[in-house]
Amino acid sequence: MEKLIDQIKQGKVWSIPGGVHPPGQKLQSTTQAIARLPLPDKLVVSLKQHIGANGKLIVEKGQQVLKGQALTKPSGNWSVPVHAPTSGLISDICPMPSAHPSALPELSVIIEPDGEDNWCELNPVPDAKALSHDELVDIIHQSGIAGMGGAGFPTYVKADTRKAIEFLIVNAVECEPYITADDMLMREHADGIIAGIELMQQLLSPQLTIIGIEDNKPDAIAAMKQAAQHNDSIIVQTVPTVYPSGGEKQLIKLLTGKEVPNGSIPADIGMLVQNVGTLFAVNQAVYEGKPLIERVVTVTGNTIHKQGNVWALLGTEIKHLLDCQGFSPVPQQRVVMGGPMMGFTLPTVRIGVVKTTNCILAPDHQELAEPGDEKACIRCSACADACPASLLPQQLQWFAKSKEYDKLNEHNLFDCIECGACAYVCPSEIPLVQYYRVAKAEIKEQQAEQIKAERAKERFEARKERLEREQEERQNRHKRKPATKSDNEKQKVADALARVKAKSDDTDSKSAVAAAIARAKAKKQGAELEPDNSEVAKERAARKEQARKYKEQKALEQGEESVDKDDKKSAVAAAIARAKAKKAAQAAEDNASAETGAAPKDDKKAAVAAAIARAKAKKAAQAAENQTEAEEDSAPVDDKKAAVAAAIARAKAKKAAQAAENQTEAEEDSAPVDDKKAAVAAAIARAKAKKAAQAAENQTEAEEDSAPVDDKKAAVAAAIARAKAKKAAKEQAQSDDSSQQTNDSSAEADAQPQADAPESNEDKKKAAVAAAIARAKAKKAAKEQAQSDDSSEQINDSNDEADAKPQADAPESNEDKKKAAVAAAIARAKAKKAAKEQAQSDESSEQLDDSKPQVDEPESSEDKKKAAVARAIARAKAKKLQQEGNDKS
Amino acid sequence: MTLFYALIALGSLALIFGLILGFAAVRFRVESNPIVDQIDTILPQTQCGQCGYPGCRPYAEAIANGDEINKCPPGGEATVKKLADLMGVEAKPLAGGEQADPVKTVAYIREDECIGCTKCIQACPVDAIVGATRQMHTVLIDECTGCDLCVEPCPVDCIDMLPVKETKQTWKWQLNAIPVTQVD
Repeated sequence: MEKLIDQIKQGKVWSIPGGVHPPGQKLQSTTQAIARLPLPDKLVVSLKQHIGANGKLIVEKGQQVLKGQALTKPSGNWSVPVHAPTSGLISDICPMPSAHPSALPELSVIIEPDGEDNWCELNPVPDAKALSHDELVDIIHQSGIAGMGGAGFPTYVKADTRKAIEFLIVNAVECEPYITADDMLMREHADGIIAGIELMQQLLSPQLTIIGIEDNKPDAIAAMKQAAQHNDSIIVQTVPTVYPSGGEKQLIKLLTGKEVPNGSIPADIGMLVQNVGTLFAVNQAVYEGKPLIERVVTVTGNTIHKQGNVWALLGTEIKHLLDCQGFSPVPQQRVVMGGPMMGFTLPTVRIGVVKTTNCILAPDHQELAEPGDEKACIRCSACADACPASLLPQQLQWFAKSKEYDKLNEHNLFDCIECGACAYVCPSEIPLVQYYRVAKAEIKEQQAEQIKAERAKERFEARKERLEREQEERQNRHKRKPATKSDNEKQKVADALARVKAKSDDTDSKSAVAAAIARAKAKKQGAELEPDNSEVAKERAARKEQARKYKEQKALEQGEESVDKDDKKSAVAAAIARAKAKKAAQAAEDNASAETGAAPKDDKKAAVAAAIARAKAKKAAQAAENQTEAEEDSAPVDDKKAAVAAAIARAKAKKAAQAAENQTEAEEDSAPVDDKKAAVAAAIARAKAKKAAQAAENQTEAEEDSAPVDDKKAAVAAAIARAKAKKAAKEQAQSDDSSQQTNDSSAEADAQPQADAPESNEDKKKAAVAAAIARAKAKKAAKEQAQSDDSSEQINDSNDEADAKPQADAPESNEDKKKAAVAAAIARAKAKKAAKEQAQSDESSEQLDDSKPQVDEPESSEDKKKAAVARAIARAKAKKLQQEGNDKS
Repeated sequence: MTLFYALIALGSLALIFGLILGFAAVRFRVESNPIVDQIDTILPQTQCGQCGYPGCRPYAEAIANGDEINKCPPGGEATVKKLADLMGVEAKPLAGGEQADPVKTVAYIREDECIGCTKCIQACPVDAIVGATRQMHTVLIDECTGCDLCVEPCPVDCIDMLPVKETKQTWKWQLNAIPVTQVD
């Protein structure tokens, strides 16, 4: 090591293989000092000017920015910010052609300079020695410095390397013809560069810093030597002029004799290479606080009058550079960014200068001739001699042509630095580098695809696994379900049988369920047997009595609350009415009609009803409120009930919107006299919603049948029904909800008969049950999104109402018997229908509904007929069982 | 007698070497990649089913069992060539007459037209579509293999297959196509 440093200090320079000696063409651009250009009309600052991720945009269109203000904020790895090169207005932020051979659009900030060039607040650090490592790295990072030699590698990443650096190598070779940007920078700002080097030394603490300068830049060498005099650890090494000695790996070999192994970076062998331009930018960033917003660009070529170097603000369009230096284009003019060997022809000159732009070359045709036609390779091996990376260019070329990518990898294609020396020496004018570039891109693409394919395969397999698992789970579920169900059923049947047996043995312990089963069985057998079920009847009567007592007790409890019945109630009602009236102004007409319709003693009640009606009408035009209203027209005994109903109705109306439940609820809550009306109104309303027009007549007819006080109510109902119909017409049938709606309607169907059947004086219990059912339904309905009046539902609905109508009409004679019978019949029919429609899911509820009307049937004192039938059935059953028992014994 | 000695000597030698070879074959057996796996790695793993098999692996198995090697349109000519090399058969043009160098595409859902039916999610072989019932769906472009399987089930035809956007990273130098522009 010591020996190596001694050798270097003594001025030993190694050599690189290959290399070419193209004409320098540098003198024409070194005659003048670096020029300052007038501000351009606009600056196109590309967000990505380096290798790595874009910064995060922190400015917006129309914002005024100051010179040096950050436009992006670093985010993610290898991301460096860009800064406003001058003060001005951000006129746009959009994708613009980028400084890349493809000129593919890249997001750019377009700044219109205001001409004042106002700096933002700068934070220079005069005493950099006091800065910690991280602070210094952060300054370099935030100043947006990326390698200015050509690759654009973020400098802060290099500066923050954790590897031990023995040699800091400063690349001042600038081996490519025409380019003199670094040369001129060294001549004019050698001190600044040395200051930058010292900052890097502070960060990396290398054993030795070597500045490599080609011997065709004597002025720069002298300037650098002069500037570096005070620092022993900095050596200015003169290297022979040979292209491409400025390549990173070539320069390391040249200055230290070491080679960077294939696939590793210089830091792996303790080397770090920095361009002089980058080091000057580091110096500016630390000592002056200025971020990287400008760089030296060589503008040269025979079509340029004033060939030389300029300080170009990043984002300055190439066109502006050319114009300022006097540009007289020739036909088929080419403008090259970079040098003649490694640069690329710009597709357009409206591209902004980026951090890696070191030269703009605008040659005429003699200077840089178009390449001729490619001829066959003569295997002269001149390319192999010229290759600085010791590759076999002709072999690579053949493999590239035949797309043998494996072979290309074997021949280390990726060690090619695309310097163009092989193509330069090729007598057959084969564009070798082009072939390599294409092949490299292909290989990279294939690798990317391979990775993607791997991932796709992984994901596909994961998905397959998941699907299989799900399938298995589903199957298991299916298997388990029927098994448990059959068990339940078996259990049920066994229970029933046991009960029947028990009944035959001891009639006292018969349950209602057993009786029902017995009846059903008897019915099946179709026997007309003599009635002898007094036992059952007695039992039932007793149970009934109990139920009635309980109901009465409950009624009493509630009744006690309302001492002086109407007063308190009416006060509450009035309060509610007032509150409602305030809220809903628009339904005044409805209100008036309802009021007039009510009997004089029920004024307040009517007001409540009207208020509720208004609130509801406002909400969604649901028919239900009419029923509530109707309710209120009834006898004073219903007051409490009505209040409860109103409360429930209000709560429901508030909650949301399903017409059905309100309706049912209201129906159920109403007194016997109003049930008819309510049912009719509901039926008509719903039927109308579906059929739209024709039902109106029916309604009026039905209304006419009822008491005159109901006329207005009916009219309101009709109006609301019409509104509903309109809404229904608007909403299209959303077919996927049909099954749920079927459930809904059947539930409704269940609820109605249930409520209607036990029409006794004690409605409270009923109302409570109905409310509960309605609530359950509402919950279910809430689950379904679109209540789009599905046709099937409507059909069911209308069916139900058709059933309800006769039911309602029948009990006009005040006799519960008939009504109850009809209700029971309907309930049974519905249950049957529901059973058909729904599979097994609603089984339990169905059974519940089934049994209820049956229990309620003999409720009234004069249900002889029914009771007789029931008795007969039960008897038949008993007889049969006895017979069977006898036979057996 | 000499004949017998010679035979015995050779026979015993043969036995010894045979035993050594037999032991080596068992002891130093190289677990070679089965042919199906090798074919599977060549296939592009789009899982598109255009070969008539439900995924790339089944097709790899079919090729191993003697099916044609030219049924993979997403792989293009390159895949056919590699398969031909591996299987030692003649490379053929693609069976469906598709272009040799297929354009890479990714699915794109026009999100305001999506009704959130999840049909495409179920169709995607690599779970590259995210979304939920009645929520608009979107494609994870990085995971999309461009297999087209989601296009067919879409009830509102809101899925387009768009060519993959070229970026600076995926851009390729074109031979003999250095653009020449008239400078104004």
